[in-house]
Amino acid sequence: MIYATSSIAVLIFISFVVFVLGISFYFANKSKSAEGYFAAGGTIHWAVNGVAFAGDYLSAASFLGICGMIAAVGYDGFLYSIGYLSGWIVALFIIAEPMKRLGKYTFSDALDSKFQSKGIRLMAALSTIVVSMFYLIPQMVGAGVLVTPLLGLPHTAGVILVGAIVIIIVATAGMTSTTYVQFLKGTLLIIFSTILVALVLFRGISINPDQDGRKAYHEFKNIIATLDAENLSLSDSSYNTADNWQTSIYYKNGFVELTDSRGISSFWKMRKLKDGNLYLTETQYVMTLENGKKLYNGAAKEAGAFYPVGHIIEINDNSKLIEKTGPLGPISFISKLKSSTIVLWGKTIIKDNGKKVIIYYQKPLAGKRVLRPGLKFKVEKATVTQKLNFVSLMLALFFGTAALPHILIRYYTVREPKDARKSTIVAIAAIGLFYILTLYMGLGAMVNGVMNLTDTNMAGPLLALSFGVILFAIISAIAFATVLGTVSGLIVAATGAVAHDFCDIFLEIKMTDKTKVLIGKLTAVVVGIIAIYLGIIFKGMNVSFLVGWAFAVAASANLPSMIMVLFWSKTTKHGVTASIFVGMTSAVGLILLSPNMFVRYGMLPSQAPITLNNPGIISIPLSFLTLVVISLLTQNTLKKKEA
Amino acid sequence: MHENVKSTIVESEELIAYKTKLGVRMFLLYGSIYAGFVLINTFNPKLMGIDIFGLNLAILYGFFLIISALILAIFYNRLCLIAEAKPGAMTEGK
Repeated sequence: MIYATSSIAVLIFISFVVFVLGISFYFANKSKSAEGYFAAGGTIHWAVNGVAFAGDYLSAASFLGICGMIAAVGYDGFLYSIGYLSGWIVALFIIAEPMKRLGKYTFSDALDSKFQSKGIRLMAALSTIVVSMFYLIPQMVGAGVLVTPLLGLPHTAGVILVGAIVIIIVATAGMTSTTYVQFLKGTLLIIFSTILVALVLFRGISINPDQDGRKAYHEFKNIIATLDAENLSLSDSSYNTADNWQTSIYYKNGFVELTDSRGISSFWKMRKLKDGNLYLTETQYVMTLENGKKLYNGAAKEAGAFYPVGHIIEINDNSKLIEKTGPLGPISFISKLKSSTIVLWGKTIIKDNGKKVIIYYQKPLAGKRVLRPGLKFKVEKATVTQKLNFVSLMLALFFGTAALPHILIRYYTVREPKDARKSTIVAIAAIGLFYILTLYMGLGAMVNGVMNLTDTNMAGPLLALSFGVILFAIISAIAFATVLGTVSGLIVAATGAVAHDFCDIFLEIKMTDKTKVLIGKLTAVVVGIIAIYLGIIFKGMNVSFLVGWAFAVAASANLPSMIMVLFWSKTTKHGVTASIFVGMTSAVGLILLSPNMFVRYGMLPSQAPITLNNPGIISIPLSFLTLVVISLLTQNTLKKKEA
Repeated sequence: MHENVKSTIVESEELIAYKTKLGVRMFLLYGSIYAGFVLINTFNPKLMGIDIFGLNLAILYGFFLIISALILAIFYNRLCLIAEAKPGAMTEGK
């Protein structure tokens, strides 16, 4: 077993959740009006708002997903950090002040300020809900991931727990309590991530990652197998070859099945040597039997036979091989890793009659290869589609941030446009620092023997566990709060879209302030329940990858119309309405037809009708083009209005 | 002037135009740096592996994108503050 629950961890976690709920109830009395509920009355100080921006933005995708991806595939995970941060430049230079100047509760206020169009309101409300839903999925998946080691609860329980707490937070006090929960979470996340990185650097790197003597690292074996007629003679006598080793499906996939003295199977990655013999390296596997039961390296999960991983084979110190380095600085840490040989892990899925076997095998790589792009996103010797996938992702990350509804509503919680600008700068400072830290946390997890191969999302918290259970409990509680803060923000954005844009303006329902807040609260409950359902069915996907989709939908649906309304005088209401509709439906449609979604449907990626996994490169230009064409075709409506 | 929650300051048209123009120019500057990063990664990824000061171009360019975002943001804010301090740029509203 990779981890076991601790009573200290549970205590710290519960204290944290009780404190967060306390904040909500404290602010509940201050949020009776619609302004108070949806925009915190416009009274938040810009510095607090800036940190709350960070708390809102640094979601499960950032802390869990990016650290996990860096730990698993190196530099390619850091590309997300760079893209997520760079997107804030669009928010600061193009969006922040105009949004505040033109809006009141939601970004559609600003979009519609020139036109007073019901069509724009409807489309903007729909896109807010769709983007929020896409963004909610990874947050809820992250919640499920966290509670398993922390509280010993199953994934589903974690998702329901987060859903319930967030519904209470949003339904009691709206944007004010959400702001302070996000402020608290943002502050703690940055402080404790800095502490964790300092500890990683102080520990340095070692070829024996025994976590400062806390936990022995499993020594992965290598065996030389001599081929004698059809039999294998093994250099380790404690193993025997399986009867059908040479005819099995495993052999065809490059593995040799061996059995130990207890009769338990293991699979060994095979490499042919020049002398004709075989070099076998130990792997790990998860076997799902026909009855659904899972075996981890041939035993039940609780037996602890499935080992945490992450190690270095060689550390090169000025052309001299050393076993460990001692404390390192931020530059020398990366420099030493660059000159080391690091073991990453590949994965093969084999179907053997009714059984499904996932084999995780070692992939030793030079550090300098790990620290440059290409291990996840194929860019070297890549096809045009593979290159387009990469560019599409980077485009969506850059343009998506400034179009996320839960980020945009935070511009209405401050008093003046200049406060919106200043809070964005505070956000860039806080978020930028955190994203630099993700590189160290991810690389730290990669080489400290803490990685759970079945779920890379837990790399950050498990790295903390290697420094003791208290740090693990704090980091996990903060990670949980990370989910709470972001989910709260997303649900507030959805409540504003339904109560303000849809009911108040589109349907023109005459409402008192109290009724508007009540509709917002009911929306929070409904959206919360849908989010719980989605969090359960998307279990197991990397949360950062899922967030990439949310960015693509936001960048396609919202950003083109926001930019064109601000900078192109020929923009018409029909152009804006069509642009949001086309951007949203094309992005969602391309995602639903993508190879990654086909895996979710239980089919093969090759069966997908398109090869793109990220829709941005098609849907963003398409949304811009739609706006331009429809606006040019409907210039008469603009002229009528001016007349 | 559109309704703002609790807004008390009215910005002159000249100030708004200046800040918009400044924002677009700085966006184009940063956008070019970001585009350079994406293009190198796409068309010449091996270049990202070249050694610079014990690190490599990939790490340094990544850090540069993060740090330069903050530096440009502070510079932009400074120029905006100077413009906002000019007489008549901002007046007390309702």
